Amino acid sequence: MQWGSVSEFFAMGGYGLYVWGAYAVTAVVIVAEMVMLVRRGRTLRAGAGRSSHAQSD
Amino acid sequence: MNWLKYSSPQTFYPLAGRMVPWFMGIAAVLGLVGLYLAFFAAPTDFQQGDSYRIIFIHVPAAWMSMFIYMVMAFWAGVGLAFNTRLSSMTAHALAPTGALMTFIALWTGAFWGRPTWGAWWVWDARLTSELILLFLYMGYLSLVAAIDDPRRADKASAVLALVGAINVPIIYFSVKWWNTLHQGSSVSITRAPSMASVMLIGMLVMVFAFWAYSIAAVLMRVRCEILERERGAAWTKGLKDS
Repeated sequence: MQWGSVSEFFAMGGYGLYVWGAYAVTAVVIVAEMVMLVRRGRTLRAGAGRSSHAQSD
Repeated sequence: MNWLKYSSPQTFYPLAGRMVPWFMGIAAVLGLVGLYLAFFAAPTDFQQGDSYRIIFIHVPAAWMSMFIYMVMAFWAGVGLAFNTRLSSMTAHALAPTGALMTFIALWTGAFWGRPTWGAWWVWDARLTSELILLFLYMGYLSLVAAIDDPRRADKASAVLALVGAINVPIIYFSVKWWNTLHQGSSVSITRAPSMASVMLIGMLVMVFAFWAYSIAAVLMRVRCEILERERGAAWTKGLKDS
């Protein structure tokens, strides 16, 4: 372990903006994809049980 | 066991549903291990300082962006040649995750390029061909969305996917063919990797995490595609809780 303190960890040796900017956006787009997929699946399955002509997205 | 029976949407739907939690679980465990290795086990790079830690998501995303495209082109081609519905649905389901991986590769690349090269973006062969890959994914998805008849959309988009596949080897070999600002590959099958082993292991763990995540996301999307396309079929009624 090379970090002396929590603030040192977040500073990333002066590259904090770049390292966390890259990781944060990656996390956001992955979470967004999952949320969209779960919602789409739920809507479709709710429709599948009721009517074969249900419209979705 | 007859594996071909899973080539029908009706039998693949529940199988895909059972596989999703497994791949998500693998992705989560490997992702946590990979992040631990990336931030706590791997040392600071003597040349690039801590900015190099972006490699743990940049390389896996870039590899997946190319790999998913090849898998997409393969299934699109199978769908075109044999007229199999599930192949085309799989190709459609792969495209958004492939585009997402391409976006992550470009974004993390920009955030790595800025401190390393002094520029967010350069028109270098590697970066430009990766940007073309993003446009190919977007063009493919727009084409699928633009054609109302699903079978015609399958065929037209398959041709685009197959023609665009020529871009993938161009991306891969761009650092060899042209004098690029982008560094050469750190990992190669023909020679020993030019990285410390803990960095390499961390990166490979992240590659498998991204791989498992992509499989889970694509399986979830294939299930959605199946429900949308087979809406009129009798078997989709009563699927409420599966």
